[in-house]
Amino acid sequence: MTDAAERPEDPAAVPRGGQRAADPGDRARRAGRAQPPEQAVGERPPLRRRRSGRVVAGVAGGVADHLGVPVLWVRVVFAVLAGLSGAGVVGYGLLWAFVPQEPVSAERTASTRERQQAVGLLALAVGLAVLAGILGNPTTGWVTGPLGIALVGAVLVWREADEAQRRRWLGSARSGALGVLLGGGGTAAVIRVVGGASLVVTGIAVFLFEQVDLATVQAALLAVLATLAGVAVLTVPWWLRLVRDLNEERRVRIRTEERAEIAAHLHDSVLQTLALIQRQAEAPREVRRLARGQERQLRSWLYGPSGYGRRGATEGAEDGASVSTAPGVSGHTLGEAVAAACGEVEDAFAVNVQQVVVGDCELDERTVAAVHAMREAVVNAAKHAGVGEVSVYAEVEPDIVTVFVRDRGKGFDPEDVPADRHGLADSIRGRMERHGGTVRLRTAPGDGTEVQLTMPRHGGRRNGKEARG
Amino acid sequence: MSAQGEDGTTASGAGTEQGPVRVFLVDDHALFRTGVKAELQDAANEVQVVGEAGSVAEAVAGIAHYRPDVVLLDVHMPDGGGAEVLRRVRPNQPDVVFLALSVSDAAEDVIAVIRAGARGYVTKTISGRELADSIRRVREGDAVFSPRLAGFVLDAFADRPGAAPIRDPELDLLTPRERDVLRLLARGYAYKEIASELFISVKTVETHVSSVLRKTQLSNRYELSRWASDRRLV
Repeated sequence: MTDAAERPEDPAAVPRGGQRAADPGDRARRAGRAQPPEQAVGERPPLRRRRSGRVVAGVAGGVADHLGVPVLWVRVVFAVLAGLSGAGVVGYGLLWAFVPQEPVSAERTASTRERQQAVGLLALAVGLAVLAGILGNPTTGWVTGPLGIALVGAVLVWREADEAQRRRWLGSARSGALGVLLGGGGTAAVIRVVGGASLVVTGIAVFLFEQVDLATVQAALLAVLATLAGVAVLTVPWWLRLVRDLNEERRVRIRTEERAEIAAHLHDSVLQTLALIQRQAEAPREVRRLARGQERQLRSWLYGPSGYGRRGATEGAEDGASVSTAPGVSGHTLGEAVAAACGEVEDAFAVNVQQVVVGDCELDERTVAAVHAMREAVVNAAKHAGVGEVSVYAEVEPDIVTVFVRDRGKGFDPEDVPADRHGLADSIRGRMERHGGTVRLRTAPGDGTEVQLTMPRHGGRRNGKEARG
Repeated sequence: MSAQGEDGTTASGAGTEQGPVRVFLVDDHALFRTGVKAELQDAANEVQVVGEAGSVAEAVAGIAHYRPDVVLLDVHMPDGGGAEVLRRVRPNQPDVVFLALSVSDAAEDVIAVIRAGARGYVTKTISGRELADSIRRVREGDAVFSPRLAGFVLDAFADRPGAAPIRDPELDLLTPRERDVLRLLARGYAYKEIASELFISVKTVETHVSSVLRKTQLSNRYELSRWASDRRLV
């Protein structure tokens, strides 16, 4: 085997050179399998069994990738070799055992024709091997049959192990010793493994006791089973430790990942903001804006998109993670949209928007209009009231949504508003009335302002706490 | 912070007849305690911080020693948080009044301390002036509902499909009037404004709020008890 590594350019030696696959040819793997064999050795993709487009175990495909020849040739060679006292079968088996699978599946699809060809060759190979066994040497005839059975069993189990490994890589990991073999494959995997194991045991038993004598076979099977059970019992502590270690390792890994994620998040958000705040120390308005924005972001991260805290709170899903369902409004529910809109105004005008939402519902055309109108009212309060705090209260009832926007600022006389000021008339009143809602305004100079928006809901399902819990 | 006598020397004498309200401060962030003390300094004739603690054990010992009128209590602390302090102090000192002060936005945290016996909840963004006012009010026996707490309570008592059946209407339902008061509280109205809005007296508003507090603490409504049991309080 070692000499294969010394003369890798010799194609005949390469199939045994599975260990060579460890050399630094990783970048070559993505370069694909179409590379001609004349290329420099370093450029050749390492020998890895194919994951996709395979028929049995991806060995032939892997060899073809490695050598840069069509798969069909490799398969034919294996089939012909199988005729020589089963050498092809043994070679294939060895490669299967020693060559690792490619870690990431490349995109290939075996055409139906190619697949049919491969299956035909497979049948031919098995036939040739059996024939050679029976014809070539009468004394090995009885060897080939039982060994063939055992081989088929082994193929079943090995293939399952490949599958389990793939599933583990896909992330649906299951811990424990059984999990290593089955890898979350379910009942079908268990049946395949057990079936394969039975075939192996039967094959070996028949091989050992050449004449099929039922009594002997029975005794042999019993002996085998007893031995297996004994081994199982003897190695119980070892199995337990294995399972425990696997679980422990998994837990540690999860913890480490979580810690890394938290650290990364805090670094990206809080530390950066604190650095900004230090630099902006002379500009209180900017400091306040930064602090409020950071607070909102951290809260939404802490209390999560599905936590209770999300709703009564000052933040929604404005961090870009949520996809908006309605134009110009973030979030999926009224609560999220209100929180996001208030956050935007806080950022833009450096005011504190205190908001409380009771109940919640999915957004629709009407509620989106109400959120837009609310945002406009908050902007008005931030711009004209002359105070640092605005209160927003939204309540969702089965057939109506009510929003109050209130400030304790200087208020105004509605009669005195210049005719060219469209904010209240168009953005709020027009928007609400187009969708069947109403606006009530209560204000007086020196007495603050309160805008009440009422929007009927039709056909909207009540989305109460039970939907969030 | 050293203990000071009942007739604290910092008081200018302009406060109530019993002198300023004696306040004990519990929060695991020293920085925050310093900030609150500085803010309350402006209202020194009404409120006087007599002691502070940064952990549950310190708080229990400190409250037993200083015998304050009002404890300002952080919701989130190591070793069980504000609810644990309430559980350990209240059996021995039923006269001490607790006011929760927190940045928490999670309804279950807030409801948990209320059900453990706090007479109110205010957020940490409250101004020093308002905080002093809230302390004075809980001292006088009122309940203090910040807009957010009012929202949480409205949510918990909401009559929605799928809610648990009402077992005790006396405790499990809010009256329409209580609901009106809570809504106005959630909208940021002061008691006086609520009173004139609903054409009732301020005294009546206080009665309604106290009644809501009692129901929040004693009701077995599923939403409330679930929030509380999440924190292993019931």
